[in-house]
Amino acid sequence: MNATAAALPSREDIPSALDVAGLALMRDLRLAFRKRDEIAQPLAFFAVVTTLFPLAITPELPRLREIAPGVLWVAALLAALLALEHLFRDDARDGTLEQYALCGRSLTWLLYAKTAAHWILTGLPLALVAPFAGMALGAPVHALGGIVITLAIGTFALSLIGAISAALTLGTRRGGMLLSLLTLPLAVPILIFGAQATDLAMRARGFAAPLELLAAFAVLGVTLAPLAAAAAVRISLE
Amino acid sequence: MSWTWFHRFGSPPHVYRLARRLTPWFAWPAALLILAGLYGGLVLAPPDYQQGDGFRMIYVHVPTAYLSIMIYTIMGVAAAVGLIWRMKVAHAVAASCAPIGASFTVAALATGSLFGKPMWGTYWAWDPRLTSELLLLFLYLGYLGLRSAFDDLQRADRASALLAVVGLVDVPIVHFSVVWWNSLHQGSSLLRLGGPTIYSPAMLAPLLMMICGFTLYFVAILLMRLRGEVLRRERAASWVKEALAT
Amino acid sequence: MSELSLRGENLHVWRGERHVLRGLALSVSSGEVLQVTGANGAGKTSLLRALCGLLHLEAGRISWGGRDVREDLAGFHASLAYLGHEPPLKADLTASENIRYWVGLRRRVKSPDIAQSLEAVDAPGLGDRLVRTLSAGQRRRVALAGLLLLAAPLWLLDEPTTHLDAAGQQLVGRLIEQHVRAGGLAVTAVHHEIAVNSERIRRLELARG
Repeated sequence: MNATAAALPSREDIPSALDVAGLALMRDLRLAFRKRDEIAQPLAFFAVVTTLFPLAITPELPRLREIAPGVLWVAALLAALLALEHLFRDDARDGTLEQYALCGRSLTWLLYAKTAAHWILTGLPLALVAPFAGMALGAPVHALGGIVITLAIGTFALSLIGAISAALTLGTRRGGMLLSLLTLPLAVPILIFGAQATDLAMRARGFAAPLELLAAFAVLGVTLAPLAAAAAVRISLE
Repeated sequence: MSWTWFHRFGSPPHVYRLARRLTPWFAWPAALLILAGLYGGLVLAPPDYQQGDGFRMIYVHVPTAYLSIMIYTIMGVAAAVGLIWRMKVAHAVAASCAPIGASFTVAALATGSLFGKPMWGTYWAWDPRLTSELLLLFLYLGYLGLRSAFDDLQRADRASALLAVVGLVDVPIVHFSVVWWNSLHQGSSLLRLGGPTIYSPAMLAPLLMMICGFTLYFVAILLMRLRGEVLRRERAASWVKEALAT
Repeated sequence: MSELSLRGENLHVWRGERHVLRGLALSVSSGEVLQVTGANGAGKTSLLRALCGLLHLEAGRISWGGRDVREDLAGFHASLAYLGHEPPLKADLTASENIRYWVGLRRRVKSPDIAQSLEAVDAPGLGDRLVRTLSAGQRRRVALAGLLLLAAPLWLLDEPTTHLDAAGQQLVGRLIEQHVRAGGLAVTAVHHEIAVNSERIRRLELARG
């Protein structure tokens, strides 16, 4: 048998914080690519929801252009909520979340890596697909870059906030509906500033101001949300 | 069961007895103040030169709106205390606050809406205050929903406490963003749910009485709920049988 | 290697409204195995989870190496390895990947180490198989392989022999024995005592209610 069972790893053996985060990130990315439908479903949902609005309101592009930012953001929000359900669900069930809490490294840091992976797999694809939905809703070509940027930052902030409610609802039977009810009020600031930024982008006006506010929320979320999510995870493990 | 290392307010029997003793001290003054305030506001105060009798809504709307926020703050603080120092009584306080706060929020929305009709001609308007109240209601409902989703009381306490604390941090942010959102689209109609622009002492005095009266009323109701909550949580303990016998 | 010890004093744990552990005391030192037995619901799992620091202690304290674990919970966690009822493996990763992502959080592991560890638990060649395709017994062995690589002095094992055949159960006994012989400590929660060939076995029986 290899190393002495009772000797703690030597200093060179202990991975750095960055290594640890990288491991957690890679694990989730690798897992997602083995189960590709979990990436595809939120995107499909986003596409379906976006399609519902013209069907429900009007096929006229000028009118659709008016409401396009709102439609894109609400659809992205709903798709993100759908994707949040599986952020912690599997790990909680198979005991790997527990091992994260017991590995002796900062759980906050590990959850940050998990949330980042989640965004790469759900939020970022949404942001990249959104321009197409935007065009379908009459968005001008010059706005497409703005749509990607605003939705990318917004979905990132959403993943961070959503991690808190996803962790809080671990172990409850009602999961999804409750998760949405908890996340939406917390997500309102993101929605307001994000939609406004996208709207300004579509009107070819400078959208720096709301974008900065949105980015500020993302930063705030980055610093505070994983802390709250870690606390919520520990509560769920009790 | 040793409660000795808790502050004495952490002791459920103590809190129960205290709540029982204090309730009338809050309930009666509350009733008096509210009656006086209603009389002063609805009968005595002269109509506003600009809004006529419509402004009188502030005598119910303002206290309920103010309390809906204050109760959420108290709930958040109690939740934080329960979370950090693991005091069960703090969790009981937070749990008791939530339904009361939600009710006040609904009342604020209802009064805002009802009295809005004669003012603007519609029952609902997306002005910053009403919109913030609505989102506050969703925060309350989320808290109550999370609580009821757990069978284990301890899990319910701790999870909902964390939610309340997060919500408390979020409330100013949400309010700020709603005000910002509303100011963007200001233009055609000034929909602010304000009261009269000039307050005379005859208008203000009843308003203060109503605010104080409602606050005392809230405390009285909270104490009553708290007693029930403590009894429910401690029903297996011996002191409960003695307390209920008296 | 210094003398390590795990001590629990006056442990009180509630699960919901049940007072599961009442004033429990225990002690394990370097080279010793503590076997905790008891019927279902007696609190074995709760005890292990409380020792890990996952469950809150209503009263009492746990000390590791003489110091209260609450002073340095992260350090305590870095010294322990906990295996719950189910092996902590992701079904869609291979056995080797699972071990790499699990143990890798604590110490750098290389592929030869993983392969060697799998051999030590009589599960050679399972490395590249998806855990989803493994039987319950095989998964248990993979978890044990990871346990070995964690190189933690304190082992907290909840029903480690579940799903294992007779040979597997002997394996667990052997691994524990080797572990404590090298100076480690082990606390196991079991229905029936694991056969460990060691003179230094302590026993604790939990009664229900």
